[in-house]
Amino acid sequence: MLYEHVVCAFCGCVCDDIDVTVEDGRITQAKNACVLGKAWFLDHGKPTDLPAVRIDGQAASLEEGIDAAASLLARSHYPIIYGLSSTSCEAQRQAVALAEVLGGCIDCCTSVCHGPSGMAVQGVGEPTCTLGEVKNRANLVIYWGSNPAESHPRHMTRYAVTSRGMFTPNGRKDRTVVLVDVRPSPSSRAADIQLTVRPGKDFELLWALRALVQGQKVEESSLADTGVTLEQLVDLAGRMKSCRFGVLFVGQGLTQSRGKHMNLTAAFLLVRDLNRTTKFALMPMRGHGNVTGVDNVLAWQTGYPFGVNFSRGCPRFNPGEFTMVDVLRRGEADAVLSVASDPVASLPNSARRRLADVPVVAIDTHDSETTRIARVVFMAATAGIGVEGTAYRMDNVPLHLSKVLPTPYPSDEEILSRLLARVKEMKP
Amino acid sequence: MSERKLILITGRTTHQGVGISSGKHLEEYQTATNVVQFSPADMQRFGLHDDDMVRLKTIYGTATVKCRSADLPEGLAFLAFGPAANQLVGGETHASGMPDSKGFEIELEVLSA
Repeated sequence: MLYEHVVCAFCGCVCDDIDVTVEDGRITQAKNACVLGKAWFLDHGKPTDLPAVRIDGQAASLEEGIDAAASLLARSHYPIIYGLSSTSCEAQRQAVALAEVLGGCIDCCTSVCHGPSGMAVQGVGEPTCTLGEVKNRANLVIYWGSNPAESHPRHMTRYAVTSRGMFTPNGRKDRTVVLVDVRPSPSSRAADIQLTVRPGKDFELLWALRALVQGQKVEESSLADTGVTLEQLVDLAGRMKSCRFGVLFVGQGLTQSRGKHMNLTAAFLLVRDLNRTTKFALMPMRGHGNVTGVDNVLAWQTGYPFGVNFSRGCPRFNPGEFTMVDVLRRGEADAVLSVASDPVASLPNSARRRLADVPVVAIDTHDSETTRIARVVFMAATAGIGVEGTAYRMDNVPLHLSKVLPTPYPSDEEILSRLLARVKEMKP
Repeated sequence: MSERKLILITGRTTHQGVGISSGKHLEEYQTATNVVQFSPADMQRFGLHDDDMVRLKTIYGTATVKCRSADLPEGLAFLAFGPAANQLVGGETHASGMPDSKGFEIELEVLSA
């Protein structure tokens, strides 16, 4: 059986042109998918004999699992729901409702990828566009602190660099590509210009670019520690001002480095300044397949994109207080519900240590470091392979996820909605 | 034994990304996340060759990994996201929710060269 135009929900590119072949109940081919997408389709499509529910390592029924998980969460005083970036928006909605009923925290992988971008957007606004506009119009493409060749392998070919569009009919020849990073990377091969910035000096460079774009004088000495010369920066500022349509893609090189949300604030302000002269947009290179979706769901349901707390009965937002790493590191969480995520394998040691001390409920599509320590484990159908749903591409365009394989497991949405109903009975 | 200081960047790689789907217990992911990259100049300075073992230290923890030469500026080290990197990154987020995952100082101890 061939399924055409299937959406890949591994990374933020959310490519919607994958042709998936299913033979004997297995995915045998994912045509057009990149190396990451192929691994996602082929490995998530493998049959598994893991029980749908485990309680303390023992197989249990779904009903027993719901009871046990609801009991753990309902008894807790400061639970946190975390992850959600690799599941459907429909499941994310149930998770937000559950956090509200529990009076706990809800945070997503955004807090450890592009949370600082979200904070900058709240402060200064977001001059953005769709990837379709990039493909059709952009003649200056800048990647800053990003290595798309490895993190988003089809980003350059499908959307931003070699793709041919309405006003970029010659594809690569119609675009200038600039890479700003602390190191040469596999993406460097695709760049016309590479600027190698010293670690932690992104803010200084972005601020100097703002000055140059505004026609102000910048002293060479002020750039001494940045690794970039004034001549290089003047050249880049000139290209930015004179391009027809520019786009700045920002990666975790900015969000995870010293300065964090201030780096992003500087980047957004630079792009805002450029729009006085030409058309320019900024887009975070979102990592997980539906991390953009969970930001949207959280924002439309609570007003905030991540790090939300309901303990006072209304949503409050405070990065550093209600975010996963902080809640764990300070030893505040007394129960954790992990959804479509692996915090044990992905968080800093000081945060993940807490996960061994508190009851953990894990909902995931496969076994992980987190499911191995969880008291209650639900195996779920993969959104986009075993169950339909909605995912948001990194440019905030929602796309429909298909079902291409039968699965013995329930969806995240079903597990969470049943958990919500049971917790409501326990916490009227 | 010799000790040196470098700036560490942690980040994504293709093999690390594939391992998220294929299985973090498999060799591809383990290899991808347990190799630190140094510039050729630093490899020479520390008397290191590809696949020598080194211990990386921060005030938060230590990680013992293999090293490999890569196209990096002198003084910069790169380690893929994963269990080894998690040992070295601190949990302080400076009121942002985001740990300092890039651009922090590590101390290098050469174990075999």
